[in-house]
Amino acid sequence: MSSKSRRITLTVNGEAVARDVPVRLNLVDFLRHDLGFTGSHVGCEQGACGACTVVLDDQTVRGCLVLAVQADGCVVQTIEGAGNGDNGLMAELQAMFHLLNALQCGFCTPGMLLSAHELLQANPLPSREEIRDYLSGNFCRCTGYQAIVDAVAAVSRARREAPAA
Amino acid sequence: MTIGAEVPRDRAKRLLSGRGRYVDDINLPRMLHLALVRSPHAHARIGAIDRADALALPGIVAVLTAADLETAVSSWRAAHKLFPGMAAPEQSALARDVVRWQGEAVAAVLGESRAVAEDGAERVSVDWRELPAVMDANQALAPEAAVLHGDMANNLAFAAEITAGDAEAAFRAAAHVAEEHFRFHRHSGVSLEPRGIIAEFEPGESRLTVHQSHQTPHQQQDLYARLLGLPEHKVRVICPDVGGAFGLKHHLMADELVACAAARLLCRPVKYIADRLESFLSDVHCRDHEVHARMAFSPTGEILALQVDDLFNAGAYGQYPRSSIAEGNQIIRLTGAPYRHANYQANLRMAFLNKSILGHIRSVGHPIACAVAERLIDLGASRLGLDPIAVRRRNYLNEADFPTTSVGGVEFENLSFTACLDKALEIIDVAQFRQEQAELRTRNVHRGIGVATFVELTAIGPEYYGEGGQHISAQETCLLRLEASGAVRCYTGATDQGQGIDTGIQQVVAGVLGVPLSEVEVISGDSALCPMGGGSWGSRGAALAGEAALRAAATLRQNILAIAASLLQKNATELTIEQGMVVDIATTYAHMAVSEISRIGHFQPYSIPGDVTADLTVVERYATRGRLFLAGNGVQIAIVEVDVDTGIVRPLRHLVVHDCGRILNPLLVREQIRGGAVQGIGAALYEELRYDPAGQLLTGSFADYLVPMAGEMPDIEVAHIETPTETSVLGAKGAGEAGTAGAVGAILNAVNDAISPFAASIAEVPITPARLLRALGRF
Amino acid sequence: MKAPDFDYERPADLPGALDLLARHGAEASLIAGGQSLLTLLNFRLAAPELLIDIGRLAALKQLVETDRHIEIGGLLRHCDLAASPLIARALPLLHQAIGHIAHPAVRHRGTIGGSLAMADPAAELAACCLALDGQFSLLSTRGQRWVAAGDFFQGIYATALAPDEILTAVRLPKGEPGGISIFDEVARRRGDFALAGLAFAATPQAGGLKGVRLALLGVADRPILARDTMALLESGPLNQARVEQAAARIVGEVDPPEDPAYPPAYRRHLVGVLLRRTLQRVLMAFSA
Repeated sequence: MSSKSRRITLTVNGEAVARDVPVRLNLVDFLRHDLGFTGSHVGCEQGACGACTVVLDDQTVRGCLVLAVQADGCVVQTIEGAGNGDNGLMAELQAMFHLLNALQCGFCTPGMLLSAHELLQANPLPSREEIRDYLSGNFCRCTGYQAIVDAVAAVSRARREAPAA
Repeated sequence: MTIGAEVPRDRAKRLLSGRGRYVDDINLPRMLHLALVRSPHAHARIGAIDRADALALPGIVAVLTAADLETAVSSWRAAHKLFPGMAAPEQSALARDVVRWQGEAVAAVLGESRAVAEDGAERVSVDWRELPAVMDANQALAPEAAVLHGDMANNLAFAAEITAGDAEAAFRAAAHVAEEHFRFHRHSGVSLEPRGIIAEFEPGESRLTVHQSHQTPHQQQDLYARLLGLPEHKVRVICPDVGGAFGLKHHLMADELVACAAARLLCRPVKYIADRLESFLSDVHCRDHEVHARMAFSPTGEILALQVDDLFNAGAYGQYPRSSIAEGNQIIRLTGAPYRHANYQANLRMAFLNKSILGHIRSVGHPIACAVAERLIDLGASRLGLDPIAVRRRNYLNEADFPTTSVGGVEFENLSFTACLDKALEIIDVAQFRQEQAELRTRNVHRGIGVATFVELTAIGPEYYGEGGQHISAQETCLLRLEASGAVRCYTGATDQGQGIDTGIQQVVAGVLGVPLSEVEVISGDSALCPMGGGSWGSRGAALAGEAALRAAATLRQNILAIAASLLQKNATELTIEQGMVVDIATTYAHMAVSEISRIGHFQPYSIPGDVTADLTVVERYATRGRLFLAGNGVQIAIVEVDVDTGIVRPLRHLVVHDCGRILNPLLVREQIRGGAVQGIGAALYEELRYDPAGQLLTGSFADYLVPMAGEMPDIEVAHIETPTETSVLGAKGAGEAGTAGAVGAILNAVNDAISPFAASIAEVPITPARLLRALGRF
Repeated sequence: MKAPDFDYERPADLPGALDLLARHGAEASLIAGGQSLLTLLNFRLAAPELLIDIGRLAALKQLVETDRHIEIGGLLRHCDLAASPLIARALPLLHQAIGHIAHPAVRHRGTIGGSLAMADPAAELAACCLALDGQFSLLSTRGQRWVAAGDFFQGIYATALAPDEILTAVRLPKGEPGGISIFDEVARRRGDFALAGLAFAATPQAGGLKGVRLALLGVADRPILARDTMALLESGPLNQARVEQAAARIVGEVDPPEDPAYPPAYRRHLVGVLLRRTLQRVLMAFSA
């Protein structure tokens, strides 16, 4: 291969990883094809659709707009590893998405969940409007968004009424 | 009863944990990646193709052109025998001498990674000789237009006419004629997961295995076998998790066929995943119609006549295997379909031009047919000083009219327009809205309400493609296997792209059989494993695959009870199955578990008397007979706010009242309808594939092609009327088109209602801010 | 599409970065947050031979308040600025504008320096810097120079940056006490690039305005100042008549480029609408 490579070490979903990667490889392709974390998806490669959303050093980012080499030394979480130490928040979101059918094809879902998770961590009681606003960078083509908004609002309400231990 | 229950989907849990498996998640040993060299021009002759630079690049394995594929794959023509005279020019996997749209592929570059394959594609040089681009049907049909296909005299692909009664006389006698010239621009399905395929050819057995993001595995199996010259049983098409389809993925795509041909020639697995730019350039597109229509009214608002002239901007070829005709055909057949009117005159002209191929995307033709008639009714009512809702009501086909065949020639069994409207008006208080509207207008806030009544054609019958000459199954088959444990495996020809038909079928089987849901697993999306079927498109899953499953489950139930009866020395009619137990109907005594019968049936068959030949694996099939479609119907109401200074339209409230017959699972139907409505709102306000006059696509990314996002979409209320079809036991009609079918009409009417104080009107969608302000004369 | 091949260096410190840039100049691209550059690379619209990753240089992540200025390090991200109480207090215009930029995941990576250096004509921060008469620090091995925002933006994606320079910091004057700052734009959807937008700053004075700064985005090949309109607004008391006059003036003052989806006349009209709305808010504040 003609690509120039670099060695990177990083933590992905709690595990230390060291790999040689072509410098032009973006983070989501690295996670998917080099590490097999295929939960993050590729929908546009221009940062517009949100399917590739992953968590980099505790903040959501577009996995297609970060080079794998830029994540050297960083801590990355994908949907496969999300929810560690979050007091059950991600598991509740996943359960509520399931219950309310807040997904169809599932391609946007990991990104949608990570965005919703970030919102509820920063703002435990968002209004519907705030939920729609925060998720407005994640494209879903199947649902009408409403079940997604319902699910996030329902988790928020449930945690207010019965805070997790 | 399991059927009709709000059951969440099993598969969703896997998707929620990031364990879905879409095509691009699969990697095979020694797999090559395909990148395509695409035409930068809308119309050009292909000169010499120089691949030396590309082949010199490390990691590039092959560069193939049309000549290289000649022996590996045949060309095709998208003909349809029900539309004799429709032009069906020959198309090949890679363009041969001429490219006919920007993005048509001319060479295939196979490399060790997609990035390297793209490096190679950049280094292939093609000697292009540009030809004049034909970008609009009016231009395409003009006498001096460049003709796309050498074997055609002009660019007219097809023309049709429908006449019923005497429309001209009715127009002459009318109290008022509403008339409008509509433009519905081109858009597409835009699944979030782009098209993708992995093709693997095993030369020893001459076996092609394909993993493809697709809706119809059996159709693809047949097509790949025929086009690649392989025995059909040596071709297997597997559709794993599919990241959205919407009709986009039930066609043959030339790009994917190239991947199959390359895999065969190189004897290595080949992966092709379309990127977003390729998707916009070369996905199947939809709409792109210019419609001139008139509606004649009596003084009291009775519809006397309707005239529709549809100019259809099709693509460079017909879409294979279905052809592109359906969208135009639906428009001339469905416009005004909810209404009783005797005098109808419709014309269709379909033109080839230098844009990507136009095919069947969700709700084919429906949104246009609906919007045209609904807008004309609002225009007519306004002119006559009548309440537009009352005008609809007085013209609806009602119970006494059914069954009927519409003037457009579509058979309607039992539709519920009035019931849907009544329900809609229970939910939205129009009088109260009018009051608020008037009050807000005094403060320069402009809101509008729009009503749209739609018909939804579903569950296509076997005659449409059977007589058309296509190998497209409208029949569904269901195979049930009672496993030794007593659990049931259900194999269906339908496929699940997330709409949840697997769960619907699971409910039908469990419900009819009398076993818990958890005891039934549905397996779909594999042409080698699953019985022959048509896949999922055109809202056929519940109606056809659901009915096949119902029949199979009834047969299996009968067989289980026959065995139980013989073992228990009872009459089978005295027994039933509940919660997985064989139960005495009279005493409710639970005699034995289904699992016990299964165990005996599989391992101790000698215990069953020899004259009982009740199989524990059963197959049943279902197709409608003698009708081209089933039909559902509904009403949508949209409330929008128009910023008359900026032209931005904000949907505030949206209601869909829908009748899809028997509902298998309201939880799934609701969000299916909402998703469809959002796609319709997208078409009404945002989505547009724009080309410049030279044929360059201007909207090749998500920055330019706008899709509806959570921030702008309203909550969408959904309500149901249930009028089961009597053509099946199950009674389901189908629900996938409804949301999309009516949303454009509802939004168009709502926007026009909002701007009515300015004596302005708009008939072009999407309703962009610039178009709207121009209509308002603001600049 | 996948990015073309390039090489990559991540210098340990600012001198190292400047040194690399001095050696590779035009063949190299700086990358910080990458939210614009990687989009271009993924579409193969850029083909640098070398990416110099300055994203971790702590020297460019300072936020400094002096008596009269706020100095923002080029690597501060949109989310850093959005969360900063200092920005909210001292640069309310910037604070308002950031809410319009893209979506959270993009704001977590995108930097102010990167945005300004990209010079998208519809970028919010560029217009704010122009409205506030900001100064940009451009640093190279040849030394540092300060360039005014008005001189920095030279056309679509074109700036005064020499190939060997890094935009290290932005210096913006703190708002005057009692000053008015209003940022507004029209976009099709939340987070989209604006069809037109406006960054307005002024200080009330005797029923009128002084120190009026009015920058527009999305209506030219770069952010522009509406100078005639600024002068008009300083020329007397603010009232309905002057609002209408100003709205008419600004429509005549801009000449948006041809765009098939959004004709120049439409964008001109929007500028008038935005200004009218802005001035109505000022009038409301006056009467409050």
